[in-house]
Formats: sequence, C-alpha cells, structure tokens
Amino acid sequence: MTPRLRRLAPQLLTLIAVIALVTAYFPSFLSVELSDGRLVGSAIDVLKRGAPVALLAVGMTLVIATRGIDLSVGAVMAICGAASAWAITSGYGLAPALAIGLGAGVLCGLWNGLLVAVFGIQPIVATLILMVGGRGIAQMITEGRILTFSHEGFAFFGAGNVLAVPTPIVIWICTGIAFGLLVRRTALGLLIESIGINRPASALAGVNARVLLIAVYVASGLCAAIAGIIVTADIRGADANNVGLWLELDAILAVVIGGTSLLGGRFSIAASLLGALIIQTIDTGILLAGFPSEFNLVIKAGLVVVILVLQSPKLSPQLSRRLKRARGTGAPRDPKEATE
Amino acid sequence: MNKLMLSAAFAALSTGATAQTIGFSQIGSESGWRAAETTVTRQEAEERGIDLRFSDAQQRQENQIAAIRSFVAQGVDAILLAPVVATGWDSVLEEAQEAEIPVVLLDRRVDSSEDLYLTAVGSDLVHEGEVAGQWLADNKPEGECRVVELQGTTGSSPAIDRATGFRNALEGNDEIEIVRSQTGDFTRSGGKEVMESFLQAEGGGDNICALYAHNDDMAIGAIQAIKEAGIDPGDDILIVSIDAVPDIFLAMAEGDANATVELTPNMAGPAFDALEAYMADGTEPEKFIQTESALYTQDDDPMAEYEARKDLGY
Repeated sequence: MTPRLRRLAPQLLTLIAVIALVTAYFPSFLSVELSDGRLVGSAIDVLKRGAPVALLAVGMTLVIATRGIDLSVGAVMAICGAASAWAITSGYGLAPALAIGLGAGVLCGLWNGLLVAVFGIQPIVATLILMVGGRGIAQMITEGRILTFSHEGFAFFGAGNVLAVPTPIVIWICTGIAFGLLVRRTALGLLIESIGINRPASALAGVNARVLLIAVYVASGLCAAIAGIIVTADIRGADANNVGLWLELDAILAVVIGGTSLLGGRFSIAASLLGALIIQTIDTGILLAGFPSEFNLVIKAGLVVVILVLQSPKLSPQLSRRLKRARGTGAPRDPKEATE
Repeated sequence: MNKLMLSAAFAALSTGATAQTIGFSQIGSESGWRAAETTVTRQEAEERGIDLRFSDAQQRQENQIAAIRSFVAQGVDAILLAPVVATGWDSVLEEAQEAEIPVVLLDRRVDSSEDLYLTAVGSDLVHEGEVAGQWLADNKPEGECRVVELQGTTGSSPAIDRATGFRNALEGNDEIEIVRSQTGDFTRSGGKEVMESFLQAEGGGDNICALYAHNDDMAIGAIQAIKEAGIDPGDDILIVSIDAVPDIFLAMAEGDANATVELTPNMAGPAFDALEAYMADGTEPEKFIQTESALYTQDDDPMAEYEARKDLGY
C-alpha cells in the first residue's frame, strides 16, 4: 500500500461499507445505464447531488487545516446563486453572470479572511457574521422571492451533461483535482498545515500567515460560489431562503469524516471528498430505501456516529493493529499518523 | 348607562368607518406567500380607504407584542395579527380587549381563549389536501394509479394536514395507491432531489402515474427532474400540488403541471369584511372564517393567472 492509499483507506472502507448497506436495501443502486446520451442511475445521482457538499468540503478542508472554520459557506452559496440569477434575469448574458457569481464568492471570502487574519477575530465568530447576514443579503438581491429564469446556457451548469456525465460531477472532480494539485504539487499545502499547527512559529520561520489565511478563506468562498451556481442552475431559480441551508454543517462533517482534525494541521482534500460522498450516499440511500421521512435524520445521525467512533483515535489504532496482526504483516505504524 | 356608552362607542366607530385606522402585525417575509399576503393586505386596505399601520415582526413574538401594545396606545380601530407562534398571547390580547379594540387573527391560530379575539381568518389545510386528492380521483387515467408524494417539512402542520386531507379524499378508492412518501422540505431543490430518487426506485418513472406535492415549489423541482429523465410531466405523470404560486401557472401553461389548490394570500379581505359588519351593527362573526381553497387546472387560463399574481411579491 502506498502512503496515500493508506491515508485514504478508512474513508474508502467506510464508503464501500455504506454502499454495501444501501445496496442491500436497494439492489439496483450501482446499476448505471446510458439513456438519451446521458448516464442514469442512483450512483450517478449520488455523485451529482453530492456536488455542493463536495465543493464546500474542498474549501472547508483548507480553512480547517489552518485551525479555522467557515460557517458562512451556505449563505455564500445563496448570495452567489442569487447574484448570478439576478445577472441572468437582467439580461447580462452567461459569462458576466458567472463572473458576478464567482466574484461575489471571492468578495465574501475576502471579508471573512480580513476579519480573521487582519483583525484577529476568531474564525467561528467572524464567519458567523456572514452566515447570519449573508442570507439576508441574498434575500435582498432576490427581493424575497424565488428568482426564476430560463437560460439553457446557465442551466447547463446544474442540469447539463459533458460526454454523458452530468456537469456538476465534472465540476466538483475538476475543482478537487485543481485544488489538490495546487496545494500538493507546490509548498502551499505544507505552509497551510504549518499555520494550522503553530501560527506564531510559522510566522517566525518566514511564512506569510496573513496572506495565506486570507487566501484559504477566499478559496472557500470561491468553492461556495461554484456550489451556489450549480444549485441555482439546477433548479433554474435562486431560492435565497433555502439554497445551501445547513450545508456548512454537512461540509464540516465531510471534512471530519475525511480525517482532518478540527485543530488544524494535516489535511487531505481527497479524503474530504470521500467524506462528502459518504454523506451523500447515506442521504440518497435513505430516500431510496423508502423509510418514512421522520427517520431520515435519525438514521443519518446513527450512521455518522458509527463512522466517527470507528475512526476515533482511541478505537482506530487498535482496530488497525488487530487487522494487521490477523494478516501477519506487522508493518510499522505510519509516522504521519503520530501528528494527529 | 352601560348600554348607552356602548352604543355611543359603536356610533363613534361607525361614523369613523370612512377613515378607519387598522394595525397589522405581520410575522415577517420568510416566504413568497407571506410577502404576497402583505401586498394583498395593503391593496385591500387601500381599496377600502383604510389607513393601514404595518409592522414587520421579523419572525419574533416580542416584536409582535410590542407592535400590538403600540397599536393599542395609538388607539387604532382594529388590529390584524398573523401570529408567529401559537402560545403566549393572553396578556397582550387582554390589553387590546380592555381598550375595546377587536383583534382578527390571520392565517395562523393562537392557543388563547376564543373570547380574546373577534375571529380568525385562515385556510383549512386538511381541506386543501382533500381538494387535491379529489381532483386526482376524478382525473386519473383508467385502472391502477401509483402515486408518489412529496411532503412538506417533517412535523410541520401543513405537511401533516395536507397529507391527511389527501388520504381522506382517497379513502375507499382501491385504484389509487400512495407508494412513496418523502419530505422535500417545501423547497425546489428538495423536490427535485427526492423526485430523482423516486424515479430511480420506481422503474425509471414507468410505474408512477401521479405526483402529489405539498407545495408548488417542490412540484416545480420535481417537474424538472421528470423532464430530465425523459418523461413528460403533465401527461405521463400527473402533477397536482398546493399553494398556487405564479411559477406553477407557467408550468401549467406549458402543460407540465395539471392542477394546483390555492392557498389564498387574501386573508385580509374577509377580515376587513367581518370587521366592517362588526363595527356597523355589532354582528359577531364566526370564530373561524375559512377561506376558499380554489382549484386551478390547465383549463383556467394559467397565463392570465400568472400575470395577475406575478407582481404580488411571491
């Protein structure tokens, strides 16, 4: 096993277990077919519906790695969705609408970043401001109604297909890869981790913590903007009251399931994306299984507790040691795990 | 003596009827329907030459209580109240009663004694579900009909009552069966996501004959999901929903939706009528005035209905 695979093993195993569980209830879960030139199937739905949380998780991973948190991403989704829908309905055309939506996300990220990095406000408080106020801003843009539009070019980002694959899937995978390469093929990832572990020490070592901190919040805002555009394009309307509602919590959960500590430091974008897929598989599985809706949240919470307990620092090493003894490999403990 | 004073008071009220002042404590503007209710209330007041004092409580009861106290202090002729919660109104309603200002509840009810308010205007949520169910029973295709249901937010009273009413209307009808029910949280994206899973679970949609959505927004989301699955909403799958927001009329005009049951935003009209009768000769209205749950289908000129509603603030 390569180190990377070993890092992702708990999340991969969990995902496989959850998929197996859902397939037990709904046997055709994994069957995918090509109809009308697009892939159709429950597994495709999971990948597509998981796009918003997956995108938020990318940005959230970077923020959490700096020992921060971004509670505003759901509200930023609403702002950016509303802004681009407003641009479309005002007749600005596709490119300006996208630019306005993404620009709004960057601005929101800048605001959060300035509050955290320059004014030294605790991230949970700083981003809470935009979490509460942001939805109000979005409602002001839409004037409290659902801004409906019919623009096939814009709807493509939510409901279109690229080579038979739904666009949202392509977008989140590309975004994940882009951010992954950016932080792992350069020293950025290492610097971000160093801020999360010890900001004064990294500042003394010459890391420009202030700029990097602002950058991760901007990245988070940008990811939220993409997610907001996808959701808005998907329903062909900006629903400021509901777009991204509570999704910041799912995004944080995805990062946590992905094994990134809320105390900052080591992070893995790929693991967070797997975490997002695990959450979405549970969500879609509950819908497919046909339980009454009163059970939705309880089942989800129950499964999440099981997953987190199995990954907990107390239980996880014991389990893996026992597994290794059973296999008789007795490989030395991964030194990287010690930093947790 | 007492009687004399009362009749004098009524006389004073009725002479002032041309330029009445009525206070309106609105919950806020959490939904498009709520915004439309505010717009329609203002319009109705203007048509009747009523001076409407509007107060937006931003979803907080303490703001509403403060607003009612200030209406009482201003000596308004009547108060309209759309209560944000059901409990905790006794003392402030008593204050209004002591000042002999009638209070009319709009849309939602309170747990206080019925003596404390003049009347309540609202729609019967169970009846809305029954109208939707009856439409489906009358318009379903021949033979078996498997229905999927998009419920409102779990545990909310519209979700519970609209589900109950729909089932009431279908009782004893062996050909219609509700095969799947899930919550779409009253939102478009919720309706779309859950409908996608319904389509997957029911043979790509071939086994579904109709969709019942507890509100129009979920139906609009579901219609998109059905279209993207290559099925024809409105023909292959009948769509019936509740609320009558403008966008569902657009869908009906395009043949994508079949029927909607109106939750009228005009709660103030009947309230003003009741107040007028009460102030003219002391007619006590019923304690609950039920608004009509009108059914709209593709035959009711949906484009005209859309035009009439699109500027109400939905």
